[in-house]
Amino acid sequence: MNPSVDALRAQFGPAIGRAAVVCGDTIAYVDAGRSADVLRWLKETPGQQYNYLVDITAVEYRDPERPIELVYELFSLERHAQLRIKAELAKDRLEVDSVVPLWAGANWLEREVYDMFGISFRGHPDLRRILMWETYAEGYPLRKDFPLRGRFSRAEQVRQALGGATEAHYSMEELSVAESYHELPEDVRQRLTRGKPGPVPDEPEPGAEAEKP
Amino acid sequence: MGLNQPIERAPAVQAVASMSPNWVTTRLDFLVNWARSNSLWPMPFGTACCAIEFMATAASRFDIARFGAERMAYSPRQADVLLCAGRLPFKLAPVIRRIYDQMTQPKWVISMGACASSGGIFDNYAMVQGIDTVVPVDVYVPGCPPRPEGLLYGILLLQKKVRGETIADPTLRVERPLDGDGLRLPPAMVDELSEPFGNSIHQTRSA
Repeated sequence: MNPSVDALRAQFGPAIGRAAVVCGDTIAYVDAGRSADVLRWLKETPGQQYNYLVDITAVEYRDPERPIELVYELFSLERHAQLRIKAELAKDRLEVDSVVPLWAGANWLEREVYDMFGISFRGHPDLRRILMWETYAEGYPLRKDFPLRGRFSRAEQVRQALGGATEAHYSMEELSVAESYHELPEDVRQRLTRGKPGPVPDEPEPGAEAEKP
Repeated sequence: MGLNQPIERAPAVQAVASMSPNWVTTRLDFLVNWARSNSLWPMPFGTACCAIEFMATAASRFDIARFGAERMAYSPRQADVLLCAGRLPFKLAPVIRRIYDQMTQPKWVISMGACASSGGIFDNYAMVQGIDTVVPVDVYVPGCPPRPEGLLYGILLLQKKVRGETIADPTLRVERPLDGDGLRLPPAMVDELSEPFGNSIHQTRSA
């Protein structure tokens, strides 16, 4: 058993549920309402330092009464220690605090969990579908009540796929770069004009230009 | 009765003895199709393992250049053959449709592999069940993935098809946009084409 579990119990008390070791990996269940606090503590406390968020995913079990488990896989690069944190979410309240403020890399991971399971993350800066297109209307594909072939007929699926504007896959910010070209900072505009990456060299002054033979 | 005699057909290319030896006569169809069929520039639309097999076909051992198709056109405007190598998710359906629309006539489509042709093992919510529900297909190459010989045979079949065309038939080159429903085929036909078959019919656990 990873000693971090005892440290968690000492710090958070009843917010920490059962814990187990499975295949050599320590799993600790935490209260979903406190999960963001627990993860922040695990990341920032000296001696814990779980600074690498390996993955966020979720599990739904076949038993309809059983809650959906949200899984955070943590790793400490300093201490080479692993810890898996699970939070149980009732199916009628699939909501949890986002950890994007802690790990910027959680952004796409949480979007994927939202896309596939329908769990919404409070405070996520950009919670959109990431694998399916944004206008996808058939539900959350990895849920157990989702039919393998989707809910719509194949013709309807093809029609929606072909009819949905390809541009709908991008956010307004991503699309607005071209339209708001004139609003971009001067150096960015220069770079886009020349089609070169990296900083743009200073323009030679008119006087310096004239001195050249 | 002459039935055993071979049918008299004018040879495709004739040297005319009465004229200078630098002159030959031929049928225009033959000349055009000869040129088209021996320089099929593929637009590789590789999405999966079939694309690896396609790369092997293009490389020196199998050498797609023997059939004049070695020049990959990474711009649809310079391509003759859209070669869909791999599965096509619904999210990519508008992409391949736009690429097909951007290609200039004459254009053909090869559907390489089981997934592109029928959805293959991916009979699920995310996958187009055969790219013929999105773009018209000329040659289907079966296999999972097809061996390079299979793809070469598909290209030879396409060459054969091209040689059978005639420029006198304008309907061959008509652009057919999506209909009012936004589909290429009637909805009932799309449903029928997408019906599960084979082992796939047993995969309805959650349905």
